Amino acid sequence: MNAITHPINPAKLVAPKQQALQDPNWVRWSLITIAVSFIGLFICLPLGLVMFQAFSKGIAAYWSELSQADMLSAIKLTLLTALITVPLNTIFGVAAAWAITRFEFKGKSLLTTLIDLPFSVSPVISGLIFVLLFGAEGWFGEWLMAHDIKIIFAVPGIILATLFITFPFVARQLIPLMQEMGNQEEEAALSLGASGWKTFWAVTIPNIKWALLYGVLLCNARAMGEFGAVSVVSGHIRGLTNTLPLHVEVNYNDYNVTGAFAGASILAGLAIVTLILKTALERKQNNR
Amino acid sequence: MSILLTDISKNFGSFSALEHVNLEVPEGELVALLGPSGCGKTTLLRIIAGLEHADKGRVLISGEDKTAQSVSQRGIGFVFQHYALFRHMTVFENVAFGLRVKPRRDRPNNNVITKKVHALLELVQLDFLHDRYPDQLSGGQRQRIALARALAVEPSVLLLDEPFGALDASVRKDLRQWLRNLHHDLNVTSIFVTHDQEEAMEVASQVVVLNHGRIEQQGSPSDIYDHPANAFVSRFIGQTNIFDLDEHDADWLQTAGILNPRTEGKIAHVRPHDILVEKSNSGYAASATVKDWQHLGALIRLELVKNDSNGSTAPVFAEMPNDQFKQLKLHRGDKVDLRIRQAHWFH
Repeated sequence: MNAITHPINPAKLVAPKQQALQDPNWVRWSLITIAVSFIGLFICLPLGLVMFQAFSKGIAAYWSELSQADMLSAIKLTLLTALITVPLNTIFGVAAAWAITRFEFKGKSLLTTLIDLPFSVSPVISGLIFVLLFGAEGWFGEWLMAHDIKIIFAVPGIILATLFITFPFVARQLIPLMQEMGNQEEEAALSLGASGWKTFWAVTIPNIKWALLYGVLLCNARAMGEFGAVSVVSGHIRGLTNTLPLHVEVNYNDYNVTGAFAGASILAGLAIVTLILKTALERKQNNR
Repeated sequence: MSILLTDISKNFGSFSALEHVNLEVPEGELVALLGPSGCGKTTLLRIIAGLEHADKGRVLISGEDKTAQSVSQRGIGFVFQHYALFRHMTVFENVAFGLRVKPRRDRPNNNVITKKVHALLELVQLDFLHDRYPDQLSGGQRQRIALARALAVEPSVLLLDEPFGALDASVRKDLRQWLRNLHHDLNVTSIFVTHDQEEAMEVASQVVVLNHGRIEQQGSPSDIYDHPANAFVSRFIGQTNIFDLDEHDADWLQTAGILNPRTEGKIAHVRPHDILVEKSNSGYAASATVKDWQHLGALIRLELVKNDSNGSTAPVFAEMPNDQFKQLKLHRGDKVDLRIRQAHWFH
């Protein structure tokens, strides 16, 4: 290739001092100040306050609050709920995203809308739906009572409500990604003789894994942190049906500030860990 | 292996993509499915592969009915327009994939796989890229890797969907020649889809012209060029001048020497190289005026305006070799005489 030389005077190529997209200093600094003080006031300050209140009576008091039987049972129930709902919703989410992005069928747009329903309905109403279905006065209440099955004001109700609330997270992460990827790689795998199952594990999953983990992470954060829907179906029985967010409220209403904030500090810690992992995953996804 | 399609029809909703298509591809041929976009050529290829299923009709590969089989059972090789390489696997693993997913009893051991993959990568002259990922390759390299991957399973037929469609012009030219040579060496029955008539004529041993879900003509490239079955094929394969007798080109054509008393049709198609151009000196030829010309490399294409014609005012295109054009010493606005050597007549 021959280099093409232009008779341009290099002196004329010096960049202009004022760049087109640069505002005056005072505008920039006042915008930065507003942003930073907003974040400080509404995010950093409350988070700091939670930690400060939790440790206000010393580490010993913090630990003794955390090791109370009711607190431990609340933590256990929260973990149990997440342990059941997150894997289930991962499977549902992948299946729904697969169906929506890979097949044409009647009612597809209805399904897409329904996946978003838990996002658009107030969590309290989601909880009430389950009370109306399975509560003592509900549709299936009598039958359940006759067979001695307890759903409302018991652990199954909490798990059902959490399942409903956290349903969209995984599917919502996967659908746009799988739509953008198309199905040519999967078709290629099939044409090379791979079975559908093999294609799913060897081609689909590796391509969606970071988005999938991201969805699982958000799903988990919500499953552990959900208050409204769980509050309606739980019945607030200490040591039995209180999840961690509910237990924080109970402690707070009892004027046990240290206990309330000790519980809150765990939830806040979970949120921070989630955010860090989320950022790391986003970076991974973009680097690919 | 030979391919036989009988009475294939396919609808997408109310749109009919293919209607009663019958096609026979003898063993070892390199066939081009040629047609404008939306003519059903890709659908036909996908039906042969089993990526799509026909509403009606049967697919036979080397005499065996494959209609009900899924794509993974058919033992075909498919090369996608946008390559569809597995982006999370290295080039080596991409090519090895088809061997690794074989059921255990047919699966070669690792040594055999390694040897075979390297042999295929050498065949496509890209072994030095074996540990790269697809996004580190150029378009032409990806296409060749996709071909190596498809060949790894020793397919009975090779199907290529617009194999050169996403490449730039110079790479495309090289790859065409390369594919032709590769086919010559491997001799595996191959079908490729293209909308580019030049590509079809240059690469294929047989061309199948499709339009609106029907086969218009099948034959060797020279067959199709010299004896187009109908007006569509004639128009689609190469440039042509169209003279419509209903639009009163008759007199003008008669003086150009091609209108027989026993008229064979209403519309005459004349290839630009079948029009002889001479500087005007009266006589029996139709006359025209030079409007402009373009260099097409070895050929010059003249744009001419018909004189004394009460028919359409569409320009007439004539082509001649470069040196002949120089001898004629034509200028814009010169009067010339035209003689037409040969025309195809259609109704």
